[in-house]
Amino acid sequence: MSRRPYNRPMSTTTWYMRNSRYKVYVLRELTSFLVAFYTFLTIFALGALATSPERWNDFLASQQSTAMIVFHGLALLYFLFYQTFPWFKLAPKAMPIHLGEKKLPDSFIIVGHYVAWIVISAFIFWLAGVI
Amino acid sequence: MAIAKKAIVWGLFAAGGTLTAFVFPALIALFLVIATGNVPESLQFEQIHAFASSWLGKACLFVVLFLSVWHAAHRLRVVAHDFGIRKDALVANAVYTVAFIGTVLAAFYLLKIS
Amino acid sequence: MGIRKIELEVMRYDPEKDEAPHFQSYTVPCEEDWAILDAINYVKDNLDTTLAYRWSCHMMVCGSCGMMVNGEPSLTCKTFVRELPDKVRIEPLENFPIERDLVVVLDDVMQKLHKVQPYIIRKDPPPEGKEFTQSRGQLAIFKQLTMCINCMCCYAACPQYGLDKDFIGPAALALAHRYNRDSRDQGKSDRLDILADHDGVWECSFVGACSEVCPKHVDPAAAIQQMKIDGAMEFWKQKLGMPGDKS
Repeated sequence: MSRRPYNRPMSTTTWYMRNSRYKVYVLRELTSFLVAFYTFLTIFALGALATSPERWNDFLASQQSTAMIVFHGLALLYFLFYQTFPWFKLAPKAMPIHLGEKKLPDSFIIVGHYVAWIVISAFIFWLAGVI
Repeated sequence: MAIAKKAIVWGLFAAGGTLTAFVFPALIALFLVIATGNVPESLQFEQIHAFASSWLGKACLFVVLFLSVWHAAHRLRVVAHDFGIRKDALVANAVYTVAFIGTVLAAFYLLKIS
Repeated sequence: MGIRKIELEVMRYDPEKDEAPHFQSYTVPCEEDWAILDAINYVKDNLDTTLAYRWSCHMMVCGSCGMMVNGEPSLTCKTFVRELPDKVRIEPLENFPIERDLVVVLDDVMQKLHKVQPYIIRKDPPPEGKEFTQSRGQLAIFKQLTMCINCMCCYAACPQYGLDKDFIGPAALALAHRYNRDSRDQGKSDRLDILADHDGVWECSFVGACSEVCPKHVDPAAAIQQMKIDGAMEFWKQKLGMPGDKS
């Protein structure tokens, strides 16, 4: 009997189209582009702030358009549903808390994250004078 | 065999991911608010300049930007791999160089604000 | 009992005759309470004795009958016909070379299970020279990880393993973590040197598919994330010259 194992090919570029689980994963990972974008946008803003009041006001003005409202709105939703909320959902896996024989339920940890997120966001909004 | 240097970038990635998950929605929302034209007092030059001049303000801003940029860099390295770009060393050098540039720029601007 | 006719589309491959795998269809009259394994057994017993596949216990403890059922890595003794549509595609576990029909070559994974040193490593003798004691709380920490039946559905689900066969992979890493978290073990540093090297834990990008398909709820994805944290902390401990493991 001769052996001739067969290797099924896997596309390195389109494998994630195979099922919805993989597609959701890829959408989650693509939020990294948003992180990069907003990080550099903030650095750019800091650059304007470090130069002069005129440059800062120019920067603020350059941000004001319907296109930017739509972009930031969509980015916010995408980020919330594909980065923040999934991160909170996965947090209990990385940090299991054992109390005697029982384990702290995942929901405790997830709800704790949501509470912290609301508090931190409120603090940032307060600092920025939005609330 | 020893623990790979990937431990370092992963640590930054994990810390950055946790931080961005909590902080970035509010940050994006701030840009959204600015885009509507209703810029609150605290984001006008005097106030925000004062915040960024304080050492606490500088420290907070730097930590956020530092962790975010390294989180994004490492993640983009993985994204490239997932999309079939397998020259990992090349991609790693590229993304980490950009992260380094971001870090330097952030530090430079923050120090410049006084 | 109602009989339902299911059409099984089964991947066939004869290394001595076929260039490549191909599908062959069988119509199977299924009882309501059948698992898909029963349908495959029906094919073997009544329709086509040449079909080759692995199975044994038929009760989710041996890990032999893992296959792709409509694209999902599954234990065929645990996947019930009542949960499936009328057309079911059966393929060998993804990401493994096909030996013949539904039988895959598992050598790579077997070698990896050995590589992680899956046994208690002691630097000191047991306390007072007697047996180890372990509280229920200490057991609870790693008990879930002992449930692995080596069915390899996790490897079939893991795209990182699919893209790079050098990746140690979910089951082997979960097994290593089972020992790292065992209070009797003192080998965490030794294991981490292997696991936190290239092709180890860092190759995992937390897709999480492994945990979703695991029939025994071992949750290898969680184990790997915990090991990444362990690995990162161990890295700095070693750099700062701090003592390795508990002793």
